[in-house]
Amino acid sequence: MATPTPGRVQRAPENFLAPADIAEVAAGRRGFLRAALVAASAGVAATAARASQGDPAILNLPEHTRGLGQPVAARAYGLPSKHEESLQRRESPGLTRVGAASVSFAPLQGFFGIITPNGLHFERHHQGWWDIDPTRHRLMINGLVKEARVYTMDDLMRLPSVSRMHFIECGANTGMEWGNVAVPTVQYTHGMLSCCEFTGVPLSVLLDECGFDKKRGKFVLAEGADGSSMTRTIPLDRALDDVIVAWAMNGEMLRPENGYPLRLVVPGIQGVSWVKWLRRIEVGDKPWGSKDEVLHYVDLMPDGLHRQYTSIQECKSVITTPSGGQQLLQKGFHNVSGIAWSGRGKVKRVDVSFDGGKNWQTARLETPVLTKCLARFNIGWEWKGGPAILQSRAMDDTGYVQPKLRQLREVRGARSIYHNNAIQSWKVAESGEVSNVQV
Amino acid sequence: MSRFDRRGLETGGWGLVIAALVWCALPAVAQSRFPGVGRPATPAEVKAWDIDVRPDFTGLPKGSGSVALGMKVWDEKCASCHGTFGESNEVFTPIVGGTRPDDIKTGRVKALVTGDYPQRTTLMKLSTLSSLWDYINRAMPWNAPKSLTIEEVYAVTGYILHLGDIVPADFVLSDANIREVQNRLPNRNGKSQLHGLWDVRGKGDVQNAACMKECEKSVTVTSSLPDYARNAHGNLRDQNRLIGPVRGIVTASRGEAARTVAAAHPGRALADQHACMACHGVTHKVVGPALNDVKAKYAGKLDAATLAANIRKGGVGVWGAVPMPAQTGLSEADAKTLADWILAGAQ
Repeated sequence: MATPTPGRVQRAPENFLAPADIAEVAAGRRGFLRAALVAASAGVAATAARASQGDPAILNLPEHTRGLGQPVAARAYGLPSKHEESLQRRESPGLTRVGAASVSFAPLQGFFGIITPNGLHFERHHQGWWDIDPTRHRLMINGLVKEARVYTMDDLMRLPSVSRMHFIECGANTGMEWGNVAVPTVQYTHGMLSCCEFTGVPLSVLLDECGFDKKRGKFVLAEGADGSSMTRTIPLDRALDDVIVAWAMNGEMLRPENGYPLRLVVPGIQGVSWVKWLRRIEVGDKPWGSKDEVLHYVDLMPDGLHRQYTSIQECKSVITTPSGGQQLLQKGFHNVSGIAWSGRGKVKRVDVSFDGGKNWQTARLETPVLTKCLARFNIGWEWKGGPAILQSRAMDDTGYVQPKLRQLREVRGARSIYHNNAIQSWKVAESGEVSNVQV
Repeated sequence: MSRFDRRGLETGGWGLVIAALVWCALPAVAQSRFPGVGRPATPAEVKAWDIDVRPDFTGLPKGSGSVALGMKVWDEKCASCHGTFGESNEVFTPIVGGTRPDDIKTGRVKALVTGDYPQRTTLMKLSTLSSLWDYINRAMPWNAPKSLTIEEVYAVTGYILHLGDIVPADFVLSDANIREVQNRLPNRNGKSQLHGLWDVRGKGDVQNAACMKECEKSVTVTSSLPDYARNAHGNLRDQNRLIGPVRGIVTASRGEAARTVAAAHPGRALADQHACMACHGVTHKVVGPALNDVKAKYAGKLDAATLAANIRKGGVGVWGAVPMPAQTGLSEADAKTLADWILAGAQ
């Protein structure tokens, strides 16, 4: 069992060092530091403290300590610090050829806790996104109902609303990795995943209002208002359970890229069913077999059959810090942190291995742990400078244990694009470099 | 009477009027828990939006369309993205290919078992014909969805089936014969719903055990990123925070790193916004010519205003047989920016 080393590992003056310099520090050669500190303070005023007296970041009072800051509302809608620009949604080069039918991945490597900031929520559009005028948006409910009805946004937002935290994961998340390692970082392996507090009216309320046919009604169709008019079939019992017709995420209205002003929230189910720019719900007695239920989002099995309507996002987890494409700066204590989730319920436990799956330790689950929601786990680890392979393995409250990649392949082969919930391996090299590997 | 009293009265008055209107309008939902919220849809409204067609062809409008008309529509509106024979892999995955006459007999596409066809095409996966008809009707053409007539939707559907040797060249697909054609789909028996991944209470098909000690005899790395792909996703240094316990690995050389942060020409954003890059590559031909080839041909010979006008007009013949549609949604100013960008050597 790794013993956490108490206290600060990274010393303050090293924070401005280039990687090559960090390597010098790691190698125990600190003599050059004095020269570096002198250089760092050479440009400042004559009152600059001498490096030998301490850290110039402390001794030379910076401008923000000696001057006047900016007024309130200088940015009417706040923005992240300019120093955080590196964390952005990004496309995976070569994955798609048309930006309007593509994916941008959320930078999981930089997230804390379980909530995804709205501006960094992953995107998947099938025919481009729109910023729809909410005063002209309508939701229609028809099919096997006593009365087909139309709701404006005004109508919907008058109804009793619920706010619930849920993850949304694309069915193709980690899909590039079925056959072999294809991408370098957790942003690209797992970044079609986000988690928000969604606010809206339960779909069951609207179905009740329209008098849905309780005998013949077996499924609902959700349809979007965009050019693709995305259509997905949802079993009626699911629709009546915890599905929400939502207008808000994380306390503000949905972002246009995420379906403003209205989207469906289908907890535990793959993202494609969370129809954006939702315009219509139809109650019916059979599945609709839409294009994205017949040609895509179908899982090819070794016998050549495609599994259809594979919707549940089964229990899965991934370590986000440290993760592929990152470098550990020093030996010693590290807080290994990651996220776990299950489309069937709550995460019950997460185990972490530092030796490629030979031995496991149970990580600490942070609260809250909610159903069909991301859970954050943490575990202390002392890196002694040797090679290691980090893995996490989640269990949910049904008793299901996240599988190894080879267990998935034994049943489903390696040609499926969808529903890869395998244990992820990150290799830590002696240099501190972390890379994506499969074992 | 105070101002507030009057307002209270007015509100109450309006409330009565609204309640009365609701009472007249919504007799069918007198049991509503939320009176006054929402209204009945008119038959015309339902007809305008309820366009879905199910696998049993519920919802399919009456009509027909010939393969011959389908070819005409295809060449005008579809071929630029999907290729003349629906075989193109340049913009979207191919529609046609990988099916054999035997598959039509069995209803199972053999290439999906053997894996000996490089792509999984639309016709290899298609099990319900309604899905193809419905999708063309609701979402095609790519930049003008829902603009085809019912006849054209039948025609294009029929043409795709003809390209896959499922129906003959003189075929006319219609609501009367579409069920027969369904029974010829090469992969009509190629789907399974026998799995635990639809019902939330279903059982998963792959199970691991929560072993804690000595769970593996040995651990071997079976796959990792090759060195040449190290920088395929850009400089990872720039994709990680500059504080904290880790940094992003520097995967780009100094020069490459500088390029990734260089300010992009506004033409690039316009090209993405107007889906130019669906048909044009910067350095390589896609459906249309590479933008750098356009520069090579016209730089110094054609001014940006003329090129901008050509972009808006569209055309055919200069770069091959595939027409470029007119870009009616593109303003003159934006077209000029695009032309400047192209002639400056688009990046």
